[in-house]
Amino acid sequence: MAYLKRSPWIIHYDGSSCNGCDIEVLACLTPLYDVERFGIINTGNPKHADIFVVTGSVNEQNRQVIRNIYDQMPEPKVVAALGICACSGGIFRECYNVDGGMDKVIPVDVYIPGCPVRPEQIIDGVVTALGVLEEKRAKMKEKKQ
Amino acid sequence: MISWEYGVAFLILAPIIGGLVAGIDRRITARMQGRVGPPILQSFYDVGKLFEKERAFVRASQNFYILGYLVFIIFSGALFFAGGDLLLVIFALTLSHVFLVVGAYSVTSPYALIGAERELIQLMAVEPMIILVSVGFYLATGSFYVSDIFSSTQPMILLLPGIFLGFFYALTMKLRKSPFDIATSHHAHQEIVKGVTTEFSGSTLGMVEIAHWYEAVLLLGITWLFFAWNPVVAVGAVVLVYIAEIFIDNTNARVKWGFALQSIWVVTLVFSVANLAFFYIG
Repeated sequence: MAYLKRSPWIIHYDGSSCNGCDIEVLACLTPLYDVERFGIINTGNPKHADIFVVTGSVNEQNRQVIRNIYDQMPEPKVVAALGICACSGGIFRECYNVDGGMDKVIPVDVYIPGCPVRPEQIIDGVVTALGVLEEKRAKMKEKKQ
Repeated sequence: MISWEYGVAFLILAPIIGGLVAGIDRRITARMQGRVGPPILQSFYDVGKLFEKERAFVRASQNFYILGYLVFIIFSGALFFAGGDLLLVIFALTLSHVFLVVGAYSVTSPYALIGAERELIQLMAVEPMIILVSVGFYLATGSFYVSDIFSSTQPMILLLPGIFLGFFYALTMKLRKSPFDIATSHHAHQEIVKGVTTEFSGSTLGMVEIAHWYEAVLLLGITWLFFAWNPVVAVGAVVLVYIAEIFIDNTNARVKWGFALQSIWVVTLVFSVANLAFFYIG
């Protein structure tokens, strides 16, 4: 049985985002969008999380932190890059202190562009991530056998 | 006197009832906050998911301690529903929580350590009240055996109103509800990462959840004893008590551990000691 799709727990990390996307992430939890009806919970703990939702671009300061959070999450796990900064670096990509999108540090499964992303896009992105999560789980099970 | 078939029934039915209660709890909580809320079966999906995840752990011993936590909770619950000695039930319940604390200590993570310390504070806060509950039942019925208390025809709630109020106050902490959820909380993204459960993941965390279902059923069982003379009243009272706990959970911010400890001890002292004094005077 695939329970994973019915209970995706999220960890949210703000890399170097301007806080615009982060406010939209939190908006998803409000009564208007209420993502908990899909079983989605915003945990603060990477060890409990299935989906790593990350905003902002990569720089020298947060590279280690992103890697660390990703490594602490138990398999199967997916990464969703939220907002154009996390996808490619956005308008900051030419800055001398910005390395680019999240895929410079960790493997990203779902790209959700937008500045900021709308809650509808976030929900759509997370649902796409669930498909990837399910694939990874099936692969993990095959490996075991 | 001890009928183990009820204990076995607890073993099988309690996770089903406990999981449903947890699901309904989340649904009612969502409605109180003006949200739709997750499906009623959400807690089962969550635990099912946790058993599908990778087994990641810091030390192998932590999994053993959590297994001990689950086993002793099941033992104390089964003993309770089989009609055993209430004191032994309470001590086994305490032992199970000690396993949880040792499990959290064994991982040497600062977040788990704070959670473990707070879990110990919770035990200290609640233990006098829980023991006084059994003392109250003994004075009212002359027996520590759950089967005797259960079959008593006297309405316990009228004999032990103070004890019941004190137990209700402590129940908030036992069920890990605000304002007393200092060790770990049901609500995500709260309280020092995740307190005592921070370092548990996958199936180990699933076992913690299942243990919590068993414990919730056991605690509601103790609540039932106060109303056991009339099953209809008992069902209504247990439902009412749980809804009241959800309401308190949603309307109170978490307090500091010092206040939690002091207020539970003061309530225990005032209500239950007054209640017990009544037995000796009256």
